[in-house]
Amino acid sequence: MSGPNRMTRRDFIKITTGAIGGVIAAGIGLPAIGYLLAPALRQDKAGKPVIVAKLAEIPVGKPYPFSFTVTRVNGWERTANVFGGFVIRLSEDPQDVRILSSRCTHLSCRVNWSDEAQGFICPCHDALFDRDGKVVSGPPPEALGHFDYEIDDQGNVVILPVERKTE
Amino acid sequence: MRNAWQTLFAWLDERLGLHSLYQNLLDRPEPRGNWWNTLGSASLFLFLLQVATGIFLTVYYNPSPDHAYDSIQYIMNEVAFGWLIRGIHHWGASLMVLVVFIHMLRTFVTASYKYPRELTWLVGVGLLLLTLGMGFTGYLLPWHQMAYWATTVGTQIAGSVPFVGEFILKALRGGPDLSALTLQRFFAAHIWILPALMFALIGLHLYLVIKHGESHFPDKDD
Ligand code: HEM
Ligand code: FES
Repeated sequence: MSGPNRMTRRDFIKITTGAIGGVIAAGIGLPAIGYLLAPALRQDKAGKPVIVAKLAEIPVGKPYPFSFTVTRVNGWERTANVFGGFVIRLSEDPQDVRILSSRCTHLSCRVNWSDEAQGFICPCHDALFDRDGKVVSGPPPEALGHFDYEIDDQGNVVILPVERKTE
Repeated sequence: MRNAWQTLFAWLDERLGLHSLYQNLLDRPEPRGNWWNTLGSASLFLFLLQVATGIFLTVYYNPSPDHAYDSIQYIMNEVAFGWLIRGIHHWGASLMVLVVFIHMLRTFVTASYKYPRELTWLVGVGLLLLTLGMGFTGYLLPWHQMAYWATTVGTQIAGSVPFVGEFILKALRGGPDLSALTLQRFFAAHIWILPALMFALIGLHLYLVIKHGESHFPDKDD
């Protein structure tokens, strides 16, 4: 009945069943992967610029702390995250300003300015950063991040709420 | 010459008994091919499909009165293929009840419930009730108006049993009213308790089917 290359009825059924099963599995499996990864593939929207201080009220030389809240929609809920930083006026020149993030580059605790140490101290693992945000001692791998900013017509310091690496 | 796959298969087969598993589980004799005999396997497939899509739904679904509805809106509108996963689970539920029911009718019509398959039938009755229980508990989870009132009515009916009615109603609702507790315990029943029982009973059911073989169709002598 069957030559060496003829497919038996059984083999045909097996192969067809396997093939249809494979198509069904792929038809559900591939969308399922997209379904699981959907939140990771979403594009984050850049936040709106935030006014953090009036330049005139900031003394030259002493870091001026500020904080702001960014609310994002995650799934069916709004999540508010508080970010903070320091405006540092290096001289009377209104353009001579640096804005550091207060997020420690080690494990994200908040650093505080210390007059005594003339630097930023992290309470979590005792790190010390200098006035420019460079690491003086402790475990952090890199300098404090900074924010891009501009001074608007009313003399407000306006930042883009995206922390950037400081080289 | 054996290729690497055959060598690997032979190695595994010697230790796991794959070939005899295949022969005993899948290569069983059937009484003259009959499409009605596929309904049990169709029920099994639908059950596994519900398990898979259900697990995926729990990745985003949140069983609390504050978020249940919103989380389902999120699945439907924001998550990639969320509509597909939920759609399959939603329609699969109704289809499964239908298929399980017709499967029962077929074993009734072919008198397959007789000796020695009485227990297969009894376990089957348990499976039908569990399937309906899955439908009942799952229906509340979206926590929209229809779900809320359907469960209000459903638990009220269960509460109309003489003497113990009020106790049953409170046990189902987790208190006198439909509340967060109701949603939470329906969720627990829907994803843990009932499926665990179904896995156990399906295992027993299949064991019995394989042990006794398929019943032959009644002929003139029966
Ligand atoms: C989740 C639900 C169920 C699943 C997954 C399931 C699965 C199966 C499978 C795979 C078979 C063998 C193939 C077949 O004969 O169709 C079978 C046979 C059988 N089932 Fe079910 N079943 C379910 C519900 C029920 C119900 C509700 C009843 C009756 C109350 C029932 C009674 C039987 C009987 C008596 C047999 C033996 C049939 C024979 O030997 O000819 N099953 N079941
Ligand atoms: S988190 Fe700041 S030093 Fe560890």
